[in-house]
Amino acid sequence: MKDERKEILESIVGSSSSPWMDGSGNLADVVISSRVRLARNLRDTPFPHLLEERAARDVMDRVFKVIESVNKKGTWGELTTIDLSELNSRDRQVLVEKHLMSPQHAEPGPGKGLATRRDERVSVMVNEEDHLRIQCLFSGLELDEAYITASGTDDLLDEGLDFAYDDTIGFLTACPTNAGTGLRASVMVHLPALAIGDEVARVLAAVNKLGLVVRGLYGEGTEGKGNVFQISNQITLGQTEKEIIENLSLVGKQVVAEEKRFRENLYKTRRTELEDRIFRAWGILANARSMSSGEAVRLWSDVRLGVELEMLPQMNVRKINEILVLAQPGFVQRVAGRDMAPEERDVKRAELIRHHVSS
Amino acid sequence: MMCEECGKAPAVVHFEQVQNGRKVVMNLCRECAEKKGVLNFLFQPAFSINNLLSALLGSQVSGAPVLEPSGRERRCPVCGMSYRDFARAGRLGCSRCYETFEDRLDPLLRRIHGSERHVGKAPARSSGAAKIRRELEQLKAELAEAVAKEAYERAAEIRDRIRELEKAARGGEA
Repeated sequence: MKDERKEILESIVGSSSSPWMDGSGNLADVVISSRVRLARNLRDTPFPHLLEERAARDVMDRVFKVIESVNKKGTWGELTTIDLSELNSRDRQVLVEKHLMSPQHAEPGPGKGLATRRDERVSVMVNEEDHLRIQCLFSGLELDEAYITASGTDDLLDEGLDFAYDDTIGFLTACPTNAGTGLRASVMVHLPALAIGDEVARVLAAVNKLGLVVRGLYGEGTEGKGNVFQISNQITLGQTEKEIIENLSLVGKQVVAEEKRFRENLYKTRRTELEDRIFRAWGILANARSMSSGEAVRLWSDVRLGVELEMLPQMNVRKINEILVLAQPGFVQRVAGRDMAPEERDVKRAELIRHHVSS
Repeated sequence: MMCEECGKAPAVVHFEQVQNGRKVVMNLCRECAEKKGVLNFLFQPAFSINNLLSALLGSQVSGAPVLEPSGRERRCPVCGMSYRDFARAGRLGCSRCYETFEDRLDPLLRRIHGSERHVGKAPARSSGAAKIRRELEQLKAELAEAVAKEAYERAAEIRDRIRELEKAARGGEA
């Protein structure tokens, strides 16, 4: 890898902070981030799951070449191209923990690549389930902004690549569940008050009935750790991108309103209990000498609520959000520079968090 | 309302499920809902379209092989995948598969998305080219039909239109 690219990659995987968690944007007290993903494929080229090493590499080269040529034009913030086979598993894991790519993409496989903008708001996965997955990630409820950015990136790439598109069906994807717009929009919400009030299940069941799907922090199959949930659209065909985005924004706002109602209510009616809970969590998070990632994320949830309720003036949203990445196994091992046994990781994790909250 | 399972705590989860054609309704407290896995079910919703897709592909109608008139299994000319391969993998082989298995995929898309017509964004560059390509394919089929029927006047018209389009397609690519 070239030195400059190495340096940029180093600055990304070496830091637990990302712009998507900086607490900016709409309703950022509940909505941690907004994501838009567009699935695109090259015409008449077998989808990644059928590609052998050479053919997969050829796809990556084609896509990276177009990205490099757009970089030269200077019409977007430059995307750094990374051949994932050149990275060790810890670095790949950190890219997943920073939400720059999916867990599946971190598994070794032919021709897997990633292109990412330095500010981490735009990334392109190459040879995941589809040839290209363009992703834009913004702090707060900013789906419009995320879609505009993703669509602009799509246009620039389309100039140099012949995307598989059918006038009737739309964009053609490896799985028919993504065909049409190829658009998956999602919002990551933090719902601690609804959780304390035992109302999460009710709210999320209602969301599910509206045709939206709810997942945990790291996507499919992960439960709502730290009371963080991802809500996203399921239908990608027969609706315009605008409709999909608006629908999700609207539901997102309603979930936010419910969460805020419960926060206010908790604050009014169970203040002592709430304060006790938050300060206990803070005490452990700031002082423990060994901590599992599960415990860290659980305490994180209470502490973040405390930050939002202005009980912990020494912390801010950006700083507390960062713990979500800091506490993950990949990041802990990356800082240590080696693979570690779980007990060893727990000690290192507690140390990292202590430093982070006291700095 | 109290939990129907333990009767000790207030019911906070209302759960409905259709089992063997009968609707089962349960009102549970959080603890019992967790024990029954009802809450987990929310995070891997039984009604997700991924589950719907695998259920459809596992069924005899939607998952059955697609055959050529000769009785041989139809395979995609680009990637060589059969419909059965798709039903097994849940993923198509390439963009051409959509055309190859159009008859089966259209109803499948309708069942998954409630529609098989894209109304969103079209790629700026390739939509014109895609349209021309589609029309060309259609005209070539019509031409063959006209020739077979010895409708030469009609065939000449179609041939002129094909030439026009091919010229436009070349111009568009240059």
